[in-house]
Amino acid sequence: MVISLTNVKSGSKVRVTRIRGGLGIRQRLTCLGIHPGDVMLLQKSGFMRGPVLVNIHGNQVALGRGIATKVLVEVES
Amino acid sequence: MRIALVGQPNCGKSTIFNHVAGYKAITSNFPGKTVKYSISKMTFQGMTSEIVDLPGSYSMTSFDLAELEARKYLLREEIDVVINVIDASLLGRGLELTLQLLELNLPTVICLNMIDEAEAKGIIVDIDKLSRLLGVPVVTTIAHKGWGLNQLFETTFKMGHKPVKSEFLTFSKDVEQVIQDLIEHIKEKKYTKKFNVTTRFLATKLLENDQHFIDEIKNQDMEFIKAVQGYQHQLEKCRDRSSDEVISSERHHLSMQLYESVVKLSKPKKEIRNYLDSVLMHPVFGYISLVVIMYLFFHFVFYVGALFEEPLLDFFYQFLPYAEETLGADSLLYHIVSGVVQGLAGGIAIVLPFLFPFLLGLAFLEDTGYLPRVAYLMDTFLHRIGLHGKAIIPLILGYGCTVPAVMATRILESERDRFITSVLTTMIPCAARITIIFGLVAFYLGPTAAIFVFLFNIVVVAVAGKILSNIMPEITPGMILEIPAYHVPSIKILLSKVWLRMKEFIVIAWPLLIIGSVVLSLLKHWNLEGLINQLISPVTLLLGLPVAVGVTLIFGVLRKELSMVMLVQALGVTDISTVMSATQIMTFTIFVLFYVPCVATIAVLIKEIGSKRTIFAVIFTFLIAIMLATITRFVY
Repeated sequence: MVISLTNVKSGSKVRVTRIRGGLGIRQRLTCLGIHPGDVMLLQKSGFMRGPVLVNIHGNQVALGRGIATKVLVEVES
Repeated sequence: MRIALVGQPNCGKSTIFNHVAGYKAITSNFPGKTVKYSISKMTFQGMTSEIVDLPGSYSMTSFDLAELEARKYLLREEIDVVINVIDASLLGRGLELTLQLLELNLPTVICLNMIDEAEAKGIIVDIDKLSRLLGVPVVTTIAHKGWGLNQLFETTFKMGHKPVKSEFLTFSKDVEQVIQDLIEHIKEKKYTKKFNVTTRFLATKLLENDQHFIDEIKNQDMEFIKAVQGYQHQLEKCRDRSSDEVISSERHHLSMQLYESVVKLSKPKKEIRNYLDSVLMHPVFGYISLVVIMYLFFHFVFYVGALFEEPLLDFFYQFLPYAEETLGADSLLYHIVSGVVQGLAGGIAIVLPFLFPFLLGLAFLEDTGYLPRVAYLMDTFLHRIGLHGKAIIPLILGYGCTVPAVMATRILESERDRFITSVLTTMIPCAARITIIFGLVAFYLGPTAAIFVFLFNIVVVAVAGKILSNIMPEITPGMILEIPAYHVPSIKILLSKVWLRMKEFIVIAWPLLIIGSVVLSLLKHWNLEGLINQLISPVTLLLGLPVAVGVTLIFGVLRKELSMVMLVQALGVTDISTVMSATQIMTFTIFVLFYVPCVATIAVLIKEIGSKRTIFAVIFTFLIAIMLATITRFVY
């Protein structure tokens, strides 16, 4: 099931399926190593509409709420 | 010979640069602190060359001001050797930039920095294999310890004397075919000369929709752009994705393949720092720790500062009665001598005792890597005032000095965010104004009052932010921020950084302070001081301050600390509390805190946001200062 990154529970492993939004946001995410097809760990889901924290290829990246809703993922079991 | 350091943000370029150039570029543990390049001469084994520290770039595509600056430099200048610095613990991602650099076909040396960090993470790199696959020399270093740097420069100089041009690696067949077709098309044009790039580099960038190149060509040759769009469509058809995604995922796969073939993964070491974030970024404990850390920080600054301020002041002022006796109270010479003594005393006794511990504490917070965590924690709150988490970094740097803080706004993506954050940054008390808060409010009214001033300031900044973002409604692009691993700061680097920032005070501000004091003495001697005070009296009367402080407000625009240091002199007493009431001290501080940025800040504002918006910032802050100080007068 494809859901947005903001709807994933802390501690889940997810696979990125698609990044919605324009060239700018896509490029900024790919720069940090987030590409469709990559697996990442959701370390902390946002609280109080705050940013989410993901671990991608061994690196921690914080994504603001607005950005996180545009990242569509599948939860890996 | 000219050497350029290129690499992704926070990989240690500036640390390497400082190692050979002396401490000239500020280093910290957060991505994007180098926003402009620094150049220095370096001598290595008797050979002199020029070394350039470029701002960190995630990729060679232009969409961030600092990155664009790095790329422009790389393409414009004649560079003999490129040192591509890679954070070895993030090798997979770092290689994506390397692949783009290799397309430029410049002599390149790869520096795998922080190799100890990689090993702690369980990443063991086969250096020889990496070097063979990329066709360029690879050197491992631990820059902050200076380890491996000799070998790095030996290899670099060898490369410079006998350049070996790098080769690039190729993508999948179908994608490669489109690139080759576009290359043939480009060869008929003169664009590669114009931009000083290889055909392959230009071809991949055009397929990636690089705005800079496309805009430059668009004006002259729409037909060519149409052809480029045709090739982009071909790629889109191949993979059913937009062309920029096709290229970036090709590159990603290639780097991942490279990474997997040269890296052996073992078990990561267990370290305390891996668990720190579960407290420091926790939804509840994270905020509690933030408050505790800030409290301890300011307590430390106040404790150290107060320890030295009084004895030092007493030491200097004991000379004054002696000078008065020997020179005569009305003589010109006495006025000059007392001006110099008070200028010296102001610098040594009032400013330095607070400035040193403050800068040391700030450097410590920067180098451990705590600041990006603060950005993470503050994102929610900054969204309420229409900004996002990264804006906190310039704001925190503002507590050091407004000038670099305004420059740091370049890490923000949108122009509107940069403007709002710049204006807010000028309202954050810089080290100079902090010494005023400590030296006046904490010293005369007690530490609690000082903490109140800091909290009040934060509230005002938040409200001002809300007002500005309502004037300029626009949705911020949202935060994407790397959270780097914690580092134990090196004491040597901490002290060099504090020294670099203190030097600015000692070399520029202090002479001004002494000159200012002498000028004030002379004004007094010739009774001109009254005239200036008269001119400013509408402000001082409105605020209920002694008319004599008017002249210090003028000097404060030159350097903020002048306001306080010269206050002592303007009022003609050593103990300010004898002539100013608690309310007056508070009103004065609140006014000085917000009114008109100093000259250096105005200059950098004009550069960063333009003169019209700078004028707006000056008027805006002045109005806030007048309003709040008037309220303070009647309420406090």
